[in-house]
Amino acid sequence: MSQAAASTADRHPMPGMMVYNVKLGMWIFLLSEVMFFTALIGSYIILRFAHPDHFAEPGAVLNVPLTAFNTFVLICSSVSMVKAYAAITQGDQKGLKFWLLVTILLGTFFVGVQVVEYILLAQEGFVPVAELYGVAHEIEGGALYGATFYTMTGFHGTHVTIGILCMWFVLYRAWQGKYSADNYGAVEIVGLYWHFVDLVWILLFTIVYLI
Amino acid sequence: MAGNGEQPRYFLIWFVLFVLTMAEVGYAFLALPQWLLATGLILMAVWKALLVALYYMHLKYEPKRLWLLAASPLPLAVILVIAVLTEF
Repeated sequence: MSQAAASTADRHPMPGMMVYNVKLGMWIFLLSEVMFFTALIGSYIILRFAHPDHFAEPGAVLNVPLTAFNTFVLICSSVSMVKAYAAITQGDQKGLKFWLLVTILLGTFFVGVQVVEYILLAQEGFVPVAELYGVAHEIEGGALYGATFYTMTGFHGTHVTIGILCMWFVLYRAWQGKYSADNYGAVEIVGLYWHFVDLVWILLFTIVYLI
Repeated sequence: MAGNGEQPRYFLIWFVLFVLTMAEVGYAFLALPQWLLATGLILMAVWKALLVALYYMHLKYEPKRLWLLAASPLPLAVILVIAVLTEF
């Protein structure tokens, strides 16, 4: 099957779910991701309510203004991603490349701020496993707080990083002129992943930083 | 994807998300009972998550069958949390 024919077959609505196969596959993958993050967030909530003395009050340890700004950056990256998608659905190659690059830069900025946040927190003695670093009880909250915080935000940061790498690949293919108003499946798929990562962060920010 | 040529107002959604994020941060530090703070914050977070799913992931414009598929892990997620709670 030629590449053009394969693209058409991928995008053809399927009788069952009425969406093309690759998109359906991405949705099913995202549903498995819902369960993955549910396990992390659910464990955090249960541990938090079982051991409230191990967790600090909002803003006592974590930098809420910095992370609120970073949340805004990720929201901006979502709108730039959807603009990239909207551009290619209308055959706008230049718009696709511009908005994809903006999304990559914003995503990279988000990860960069998260790394800086980790460094600052570690310098203050807030580390994943306090006993290993000999800094236990130097800060409000305990080892449980550090372990759950770094696990959740770390896994999310990893997802963001993977999304950035995928978008570099899509941008590379966009420079080669692989996408058009009739063939934009990859842009839509990577967009779905990126918006899901944004959605998870919206929930994580509220649960971990504000409550 | 947006059907019938309809394009969601992406920047309007972005602005609402921005306002809700600022509202969340302000609300989190009000002198209110913990349960009221948590309820308000979770409602705002769910509102934001729904906006992203409906308009940026274009779920609003997808077939209803995909809605069912997208919602399918939610009861499983509740079961997972309850199961862990009972084992804890």
